[in-house]
Amino acid sequence: MGLFSKKNKEALNTPLFKENPVTVQVLGICSALAVTSKLEPAIVMGLSVTIIVAMANVIISLIRNTIPMRIRIIVQLVVVAALVTLVSEVLKAFAYDVSVQLSVYIGLIITNCILMGRLEAFAMQNKPWPSFLDGIGNGLGYAMILVIVAFFREFFGSGALLGIQIIPQSFYDAGYINNGLMLMTPAAFILIACIVWFQRAKDKSLQEK
Amino acid sequence: MEHFISLLVRSVFVDNMVFAFFLGMCSYLAVSKSVKTAIGLGIAVIFVQVITLPVNYLLQTKVLAADGILGVDLTFLAFILFIAVIAGIVQLVEMIVERFAPALYSQLGIFLPLIAVNCAIMGGSLFMQQRIGLPADNSQAITCFADSIAFAIGSGFGWMVAIVLFAAIREKMEYCNIPKPLRGLGIAFITVGLMAMAFMCFSGIKM
Repeated sequence: MGLFSKKNKEALNTPLFKENPVTVQVLGICSALAVTSKLEPAIVMGLSVTIIVAMANVIISLIRNTIPMRIRIIVQLVVVAALVTLVSEVLKAFAYDVSVQLSVYIGLIITNCILMGRLEAFAMQNKPWPSFLDGIGNGLGYAMILVIVAFFREFFGSGALLGIQIIPQSFYDAGYINNGLMLMTPAAFILIACIVWFQRAKDKSLQEK
Repeated sequence: MEHFISLLVRSVFVDNMVFAFFLGMCSYLAVSKSVKTAIGLGIAVIFVQVITLPVNYLLQTKVLAADGILGVDLTFLAFILFIAVIAGIVQLVEMIVERFAPALYSQLGIFLPLIAVNCAIMGGSLFMQQRIGLPADNSQAITCFADSIAFAIGSGFGWMVAIVLFAAIREKMEYCNIPKPLRGLGIAFITVGLMAMAFMCFSGIKM
């Protein structure tokens, strides 16, 4: 079995669209909504989750045969919490501004359902390498939704991207106004709804009856 | 006392866990198909929140903080300790409820273990950690043990209010003619968005 056999490619590819963790599996919604009012924290959050899911998947997959079934949730939580602590300390050291913006949501990666979901559903039954790819795939699927939502919220909410002003001053002089609602909580819900709507209109097999 | 009530009311309406901070969304969307189960889960969340949050408050102020009994700043261990406390207490609560209130246990049954990974519980503890440092005249500040209990009751109850209201709307939506791609998840998100907009009206409340 090669490193990129068909099965492994599937583990990497399906979570990006067909089995997207946010819009199809409905996992990890909490942080997906909370950190998306600007593009930069959304990207950092997406990358952090990708790294943590991949690492946690590998670790759990390595020790999967030695974990007693009854206490596996606590073992998984401890592994994840240790990784999250590491990432949080690294962010505090090298990207302090972003870590302040993300505030509690970095800590909340521990209870992010994507992690527990992937550990339970994939890493407990598979070898480390496929688990790693599965983690990367799911993390990127999650990051993709975050970036899409954050793009629209920052562009329409403050007329900027990554903190750089995109909409020129002349527009504002001519009477254009930023949509303040985009920066508030309801807009995040409605934007995710639009993404779900779009995806399900394209792919009829995902529609609920 | 005034601060206690203000904190309680604020955390139910203004700083609502679901509508202001998006916490506990996973189970919020998954377990809101009927009002009855929503009430069950809501009660379980209040229950666990009211026990774990004050325990974590004591842990944070007496053990982890620089002036605690160990005399060393250990706050970087907060994530691991908080989640261990939550997972442990959830197990404990499960066993106690099973032993002394079997009727309640069979009602909550599947929800209790799930609460260990509910972001509303962990989020409550992390917000509490953040708010300890706020100045005492800030209406969000948690300055003493009683405040942490008020925040626990308020945030748990706020979460329950949100899920019960949402489940009631969802029950009615069963009979509506919704466009096919929007059925299920799509319309659920739009509904929560509109509810969040309604809850934004409370943000003007000054206590």
